[in-house]
Amino acid sequence: MNWYKYASPSAFYPLAGKMIPWFAIPATILFAVGLYIGFFVAPTDFQQGDAYRIMFIHVPAAWMGMFLYVLMAFYAGLGWAFNARLSSMMASSLAITGALFTFISLVTGAFWGKPTWGTWWVWDARMTSTLILLFLYVGFISLQSAIDDPRRADRAGAVLALVGVINVPIIYFSVQWWNTLHQGATIRILNKPTVAPPMLAAMLILLAACWLYSIAVVLIRLRCIILEREQNAVWLAEGAI
Amino acid sequence: MNWSEFFSMGGYGLYVWGSYLTALLVLGGEVVLLMRRKKSLRKRSNHDSQ
Repeated sequence: MNWYKYASPSAFYPLAGKMIPWFAIPATILFAVGLYIGFFVAPTDFQQGDAYRIMFIHVPAAWMGMFLYVLMAFYAGLGWAFNARLSSMMASSLAITGALFTFISLVTGAFWGKPTWGTWWVWDARMTSTLILLFLYVGFISLQSAIDDPRRADRAGAVLALVGVINVPIIYFSVQWWNTLHQGATIRILNKPTVAPPMLAAMLILLAACWLYSIAVVLIRLRCIILEREQNAVWLAEGAI
Repeated sequence: MNWSEFFSMGGYGLYVWGSYLTALLVLGGEVVLLMRRKKSLRKRSNHDSQ
């Protein structure tokens, strides 16, 4: 199978269309399962009461915000370096979903902070760097929409995305480097997790749901971007949609 | 299980449901807007090809 074939938007368009249900349907199921475990199986936390249930959406949203940024910077860089239109379109598509997840992580964090810390917001290293992440996304999106020529917009966006990627390790390690109000990581790859199994299960299932959701939504948007940018291409007239 | 107890979330109802409602509105809104964008594009391309 020649994978390079799919680097062209016209070849990728129908393939993406076939892939979408394979992500959208499992995402819906996993959202339902994760929320069920999170609300009906996981017990009330003895310290935080039921407020901790916010974590089931807060943590996956915060992770998605970071993952999708790295992915966006990667595709933007690839599109710039190899002059690959599809990669750049992928970066533009990822930006919106990444920004929305970052926004959700900030709002749910505030909803958790108010009852637990007694404040909606503090200028703590992790929260400030997450707010900067949201600004980077918004900057990327508005920079691209301000430039009329799509390939120039792609290049300008790539520079911004790649410079901003430095912020992601800053967010991740902020809780170790600075004395933050935000707590440290609860789930580490090498250590045993410090949360009860159903709590961990709810969080990981919702993370998987968010991943699948993101892939589905990003592919749908990518198809829209392909149509918008390449509407005059012959393959569309030939009835590929 | 008692439903009013469930909705009160041990006194944290506002915060818990506020969080999930925000997530639902943001992600649901994303899907709705995207479907509209897709629909209008499809309409336009059908129109163009005729």
